[in-house]
Amino acid sequence: MSGERLLTITDLSVSFGGLDALSHLDFHVDEGEIVSVIGPNGAGKTTFFNMISGMVTPSSGDILFKGESLLGLDPNQVTARGIARTFQNVRLFANMTILENVMVAQHCRTKQGIFGSLFNTRAFRDEEREIQEHGEKVLGFFGTRLTGYRLHQTASVLSYANRRRLEIARAMATKPQLLLLDEPVAGMNPVESVELTKLIGQLRSEWGFTIVMIEHDMGVVRDVSDRVVVLDHGETIAQGSFEDVSTDPNVVEAYLGRPVEEKS
Amino acid sequence: MTTTLRSRAASKTGVDWFLTFLRVALSTLVIVGLAAFIGQQIDPDNFFARTVNEDATRLSWEALKDLVISGLSQGSMYGLIALGYSMVYGVLGFINFAHGEVFMVGAMTGMITSTKLAEGGLWESNFILAILIAVVVSVLCSTATAVIMERIAYRPLRGAPRLIPLITSIGVSFFIQNTSAVLLGPGAKNYPRLPDWLRDDVPVLGIEGKKVVVLVVAAISMGALWYLVERTKTGKAMRAVAEDKEIASLMGIDVDRTIVTTFAVGGAMAGVAGILWGILFGSVTEFTGFLPGIKAFSAAVVGGIGNLGGAMAGGLTLGSSESLAPQLVLEPLGVTGHTQLKDAVAFLVLIFVLLVKPTGLFGERLSSEDRA
Amino acid sequence: MSESLVSPPRSAFDQDWRKVVRFGLILAAALLFVSLTDMPDKLDRKIVIEQYLSMGYLVLLWLPLALGGLVTREVVLEGMASHAKGAREVVAGAAVGLIGGLGLSGLIWLLDTRDLSDPLVNWNDDLLEILTFGQSVGTGALYWVLISVSLGAMGGLAQVVPAAVRRSVMASIVAVILVAALEAALDDISEGFRLEWLFDLMFAKRGGLTVAGVVIVIVVAVGYSLIGRIKTAEVKERYDALKGAERQKANTGLLLLTAAAVVILPMFLGKLTNELLANVGLFLLLALGLNIVVGLAGILDLGYVAFFAVGGYTTAILTSPSSPAFSPELPWIVAVIIVVFMACIAGLFIGAPVIRMRGDYLAIVTLGFGEIIRLTVRSDWASGLTGGAQGITSIPGAQIFGLTEVRGINPQAVFYLVAFFCAIAIYMSWRLERSRLGRAWMAVREDESVAEAMGVNTVNVKLMAFVVGAILAAFSGAIFAAKVGSVFETSFKVLVSIVILVVVIVGGMGRIAGVIAGAVVLIGVLGGPNQPGLLAEFSEFKLLIYGALLVWMMLKRPEGLVPNARRSRELHQDEFLQDAWLKGEIDDDDGSTVEGEVAPA
Repeated sequence: MSGERLLTITDLSVSFGGLDALSHLDFHVDEGEIVSVIGPNGAGKTTFFNMISGMVTPSSGDILFKGESLLGLDPNQVTARGIARTFQNVRLFANMTILENVMVAQHCRTKQGIFGSLFNTRAFRDEEREIQEHGEKVLGFFGTRLTGYRLHQTASVLSYANRRRLEIARAMATKPQLLLLDEPVAGMNPVESVELTKLIGQLRSEWGFTIVMIEHDMGVVRDVSDRVVVLDHGETIAQGSFEDVSTDPNVVEAYLGRPVEEKS
Repeated sequence: MTTTLRSRAASKTGVDWFLTFLRVALSTLVIVGLAAFIGQQIDPDNFFARTVNEDATRLSWEALKDLVISGLSQGSMYGLIALGYSMVYGVLGFINFAHGEVFMVGAMTGMITSTKLAEGGLWESNFILAILIAVVVSVLCSTATAVIMERIAYRPLRGAPRLIPLITSIGVSFFIQNTSAVLLGPGAKNYPRLPDWLRDDVPVLGIEGKKVVVLVVAAISMGALWYLVERTKTGKAMRAVAEDKEIASLMGIDVDRTIVTTFAVGGAMAGVAGILWGILFGSVTEFTGFLPGIKAFSAAVVGGIGNLGGAMAGGLTLGSSESLAPQLVLEPLGVTGHTQLKDAVAFLVLIFVLLVKPTGLFGERLSSEDRA
Repeated sequence: MSESLVSPPRSAFDQDWRKVVRFGLILAAALLFVSLTDMPDKLDRKIVIEQYLSMGYLVLLWLPLALGGLVTREVVLEGMASHAKGAREVVAGAAVGLIGGLGLSGLIWLLDTRDLSDPLVNWNDDLLEILTFGQSVGTGALYWVLISVSLGAMGGLAQVVPAAVRRSVMASIVAVILVAALEAALDDISEGFRLEWLFDLMFAKRGGLTVAGVVIVIVVAVGYSLIGRIKTAEVKERYDALKGAERQKANTGLLLLTAAAVVILPMFLGKLTNELLANVGLFLLLALGLNIVVGLAGILDLGYVAFFAVGGYTTAILTSPSSPAFSPELPWIVAVIIVVFMACIAGLFIGAPVIRMRGDYLAIVTLGFGEIIRLTVRSDWASGLTGGAQGITSIPGAQIFGLTEVRGINPQAVFYLVAFFCAIAIYMSWRLERSRLGRAWMAVREDESVAEAMGVNTVNVKLMAFVVGAILAAFSGAIFAAKVGSVFETSFKVLVSIVILVVVIVGGMGRIAGVIAGAVVLIGVLGGPNQPGLLAEFSEFKLLIYGALLVWMMLKRPEGLVPNARRSRELHQDEFLQDAWLKGEIDDDDGSTVEGEVAPA
């Protein structure tokens, strides 16, 4: 891990119909870090991800990835630069097979076009094989759940937890440097959450991804994050290690509100 | 697609350059055409006209006025039909391709009724009563068509991806067109002759009586609709369901019934347009609904889909453009047979608006499901 | 297969009367509608079974049979209880038939007593004759009530009898109708294979199956449904089990067989049938192109006919000596190469403005483009290039290595040319489905924003779909121009786009075999937009049927006749998931660790 700054966000703002979704947000991630973004509902966390991945345009501020601005790029260009994401409500290509889901994710890393497909050239066959191998490799990260006979089943047959795993596998398949995970363990039972927490650590240690994660499950946040950033009403209200942040009075207030004054 | 809002400021792809080129090209054409027209009016023998349009003549004020009135009267019919498209799109989020056929049913049944009344003699003796009967029958039939359509073809598909009901509505449209051809016979069918006071010009205004009737009736219908939507409980329910079906049902509104009402009201408006069309043009075929239907949808988009005032405004805009553009833009540019391209103009207006302001002139009003 | 829980049958009068009445009224409405379209009269000429049954009566008779059977049909999901079928189903069917029959009697009485021929043009005595079987009004009406009740009851009975019996009966009925419908084609084929004796045995001189013919067909049908089906299933199983090199050998064999059939068959067919096949081929080519645009990429292009026009007019302008603007009189093959370029340009030109629009807007705008092109081509302004409303005539046939394809005179050659291009189109579809581009198309169809987030350049990918579709349509246009010898704007109306859409959808969006089946069944049997099919009698009614088919397909099985497995799941999500869960196909994912094995259920 070289630890150089991968993502720098300065003064990022956007408002939807008068509501400030993000307000002068500053944020940064270094290579190899695992940063969690937490905050009460409506704090702007998913909007934050949408801005990085290019799906929403900021009204002010800048996003620098590896030194270059991401502003004005289409989402597919952002992905090509090296940022991949998952979605809060799992959005798989439900009627494509599991293997096809992770194969199509490599679209921006491959280049065979119509000519190669039609004439079944050597280059095309080689690339297809590579795509398939990489796809299986990525799926293998989750054990045998998504491999073997499953490869050619449509994604719609998967259980909820497996869908979330496939969602992550698909993002991995785009060969990114930065992974944005939007509530990876939402809806999973404790056993699955623990397992996934370990896997997230392995995403960094074995695969070399830098990870920014939105999460509500504080156990996961505590166990895997290097750093925690707390958002509320579109602004950063606290930053630091999990211990610091969880005892920060501003954070407590954001989640639980101010205690009622005692009348003496 | 509507989830993502992106400015194209920073990166321009080939497609973007092409689209900008299209916008510029179309705008230039219109501006140059209009300028040439004005030039022609001032001096039909000016330099530009001599090179591009040799047979240029000055358009008389009478002729110009005729074009404007034609455009407005046709446009108000488009507007009435557009209301149905707009309402259904606002509530259910899909294009009811068969709405044009609802209009055609109105025109057809109007034709049948008025022919029967003419045979019976009522048409000549008491025209006002006869036409009122025809209007009532038209509106009833077109409303019934719309309601039956909803019940059979669209209700089972509630919640399906957007393209499915669209394709179904294409099938319904096709079916109704051909039912008319098979049951009633193909080819044009004529309305009985209108009384003289409708065919002649109205004093003072100098406009054909029937066009005045069209404009007046359209205005009254629009007014009635406004009243219904803004001032009545039913209208409030329609607006609520258009906004968010789920929440509306939680508030105790019967969503299914409100949707039926929406279709019915839209169908009624189309029925009125149908009988007006019959009065204005005197004949109807099984294909009468096709082009006006698509143009009316374009009008709804031009005005802003889901926006009722916009639908009428869009209709008037489209009708006027269609009527004026051949003479005011195409002819001065030397396009021969310019009147033949009237229909093409309507589509070009749609494309132009979608290129320049996709949410329509007055902004869209969509339900929460369709917006996000 | 799990056993479904079966309860004892219910009493004959334990009915869902509301449903029965509803179905009865629907039946009555359908019978009335069909009668008023004059189908019984106009189709009476086409005999199905000599002396006994004509197509005119058939279109009425199938209604009580079908509705009587459907009224008691239940969709039973696995694991759910169902009742055994008994008298109840028969009674329900009969009741439905009764209501329908009474409705039709009402119409007969009205036909006799009133004159509604204005506005209903088919209201005449001929229709009355047909409906009353040539008898008096009262007798005719009575007959209908009895027939309707019996057919309804039989429909209900179909639910009760064991599956094997039901399948045999259904197979027989379908087979008889099919064979009768294909009479003209079979006549040709039997001549070609010197089987006229068989044909004369099975078909009567004036048309329709003979009794002997019916018997033969029924025997074959029952034989297939009882024995043949199982054999075919066994063969399919063995085919599925083949892998790798063996599978490739089997595939090559099948391919060669199909190719041989395609090459040899036209030689045995008469001119008319070859003409039909050529038509089917032309529209199949169009449908394969639209299948890529709609079925794979999910773009509803209603202006698809514009590309057909581009191909036709480009060919006309380049090859015809009477092309108004300039007539290079190029050979057809050279023109086709230029057509490809023109199609690319057209695809980009039409695709670019609509590429970012919502799906339904895109549909209307592309329709608008199609109309703009047609209107422009027709106008006086463009007539210097396109011939305006007079079109361009004297298009020579296509010179292919000495063989000349000329319209009408040599439909066989047209068919071969079309088949060749269809083969190209099928190959292209097949390869593209399995490629990077095909996966990108499917992803865009599934969820466009997510596809983009996964790195797919949706704009380029969608434009490619437009271009590929345009090229295939333009090929068809080029062949069409050479075949017909002239192009007029009337051949390029929206009607064509919609009929192609019907073929693609009824056949099953995205599945090549389905599109072929759809084209053969619809265009071949009922007819194309401006061309008659095998059953020329249906020409008046085919568009009506297409509209109804489209609606019905969308309501019942949006994935078409030969469904693509993917689509099927997409649109029957709930049913499918429940079934799959009960069968154990969906994983439960409990307690398995990263290293553990998850076994199939």
